[in-house]
Amino acid sequence: MKQEFVKIQKIEEFQSGIFELTFASKYISKNSKPGQFLNIRVDNSYQPFLRRPFSISNIDEDSVKIIFNAIGQGTKKLIHKNINDELDVIGPLGNGFKYEENTKTAFLIGGGLGIAPLPFLSKFLKDKTNIFTILGARTSNQIIRKDLFNFSVATDDGTEGFHGNVVDLAKKIISEKNITPDVIYACGPTPMLKAIANFANQNNIKCFASWECEMACGIGLCQGCPIEFNDSNKKYHLVCKEGPVIETSKIKL
Amino acid sequence: MIKNESFKLRDVNFANRIFVASGTFGYGDEVSDLVDVNKLGAIVTKSLSLKPRDGNPPPRITETSCGMLNSIGLANIGVEKYISEKIPNFKNLKTKIIANIAASSVEEYCTVLEKLNPFDEIAAFEINLSCPNVKEGGLSFGTNLKSFEIISREVRKKTSKPIILKLTPNVTHISEFAKIAENEGADAISVVNTFVGMAVNIYKRTPKLSTVTGGLSGPAIKPLALAKVYECVRAVKIPVIGIGGIASWEDAIEFFIVGATAIQIGTANYLNPATGEFILKGISDFCENQKIDDFNNLIGSLSADHSASVLKTWL
Repeated sequence: MKQEFVKIQKIEEFQSGIFELTFASKYISKNSKPGQFLNIRVDNSYQPFLRRPFSISNIDEDSVKIIFNAIGQGTKKLIHKNINDELDVIGPLGNGFKYEENTKTAFLIGGGLGIAPLPFLSKFLKDKTNIFTILGARTSNQIIRKDLFNFSVATDDGTEGFHGNVVDLAKKIISEKNITPDVIYACGPTPMLKAIANFANQNNIKCFASWECEMACGIGLCQGCPIEFNDSNKKYHLVCKEGPVIETSKIKL
Repeated sequence: MIKNESFKLRDVNFANRIFVASGTFGYGDEVSDLVDVNKLGAIVTKSLSLKPRDGNPPPRITETSCGMLNSIGLANIGVEKYISEKIPNFKNLKTKIIANIAASSVEEYCTVLEKLNPFDEIAAFEINLSCPNVKEGGLSFGTNLKSFEIISREVRKKTSKPIILKLTPNVTHISEFAKIAENEGADAISVVNTFVGMAVNIYKRTPKLSTVTGGLSGPAIKPLALAKVYECVRAVKIPVIGIGGIASWEDAIEFFIVGATAIQIGTANYLNPATGEFILKGISDFCENQKIDDFNNLIGSLSADHSASVLKTWL
């Protein structure tokens, strides 16, 4: 982890309202693992007051990418930055997705903007294992497509792909292709993660999910981002330190 | 080189007057990759209770205009783990460690203090009489003159190290508490802890914190905190350590001019863990530019018609 003042290289609206920001950092690009995050101070004003956590969405040589929906105070300011403007970044932070050597098949499941860390993860996994990627959203235009390949889509309203949720689509793929994933990697809204976690726990499939929580410091100082564990010794662990990626069997659902 | 950049409480010498506040800097080890902690005058470590505490359920924090609300609920590792896992790390630090203690009874305050007292690594104690987020978490002692007096007296009996009492601003007249602290032998007071505040999610019509109310901190409270420091420095002779929304060197200098002997940086550490270093550098440049060669010429140098202060009836 380092605090760096990095230069913005590119800001692109690749889908309506969804942006990818690229900045230069040798340190972060060399030292990051898929699933880790960055805590970014948008500017020196106190509006917004806190840093904003972003999953690292991809690494391309010495460049680092994040993707976001420009709806909040911080992200609205970010899209008005110029090329070569400086950004105050602390990272890489937290624990990423755990990969075990003998993994044959991995399911990557992302909901809405929760897909943010998946491009980086699929790049890391693509030569190592079979990947099935499932993207879910309420409706077709909310499916985020960025640097992902061979993915299946589930929409709540049936406007694209499978009509239903990502868990039901995962079940369908498992039965139709007669495969069982060795591991599920998931990210997205908490209710979706809990549904995936229940499915994985019931079927004894290893599952790692990237959990969301409002955060201040991102480095364990403020104790502001607790998540409840099945742990009789310590009820709450911190999303920023223990996570954001935590094996779902540890989480109290 | 400015004179009196350092100062003493009892026989403990602090190399400078810029501290980091309890709960905003962990135990000093979390930030060692980002900051040279030895540049700080002191680190006040996260509030300790006798037993480990889980803290409050989420959500524990929420952002507000120029600040944030928190309701952590004194989540901490407990005094035994602090002794076995954290104190050994303090040996290698040049900066002074002040252990902050929060408890739910007079006995607990005294027991935690007695357990820590033998360790040379602990330079001083800050007694948290002001956490707004747990029942019996200090605020009930900090808002009642009688119980404030009893705790001040009892902890004083247990140590010859400096004792700093941390006051809550959530009272009508904070100077009444400052005077008791002075009478009971406290070496300094920390002014102030967070202000009770609240925020609502208007779509769900629910509080944004699990405990409904929480403690407000950040630049939003700086003018409020500064007025509390002003009230206290006019009421007592013991050093007042100013805390509340300090995020820049200009903020820190305001507190010194009003009369703070030292300051603590709190929530600004979340925005930038190196805030202390920037403030030290800024103060040094300011003193050079303003030809201030002695820190004591800055502290309490407020030029004001104090008789015009609306606080005067309380001072």
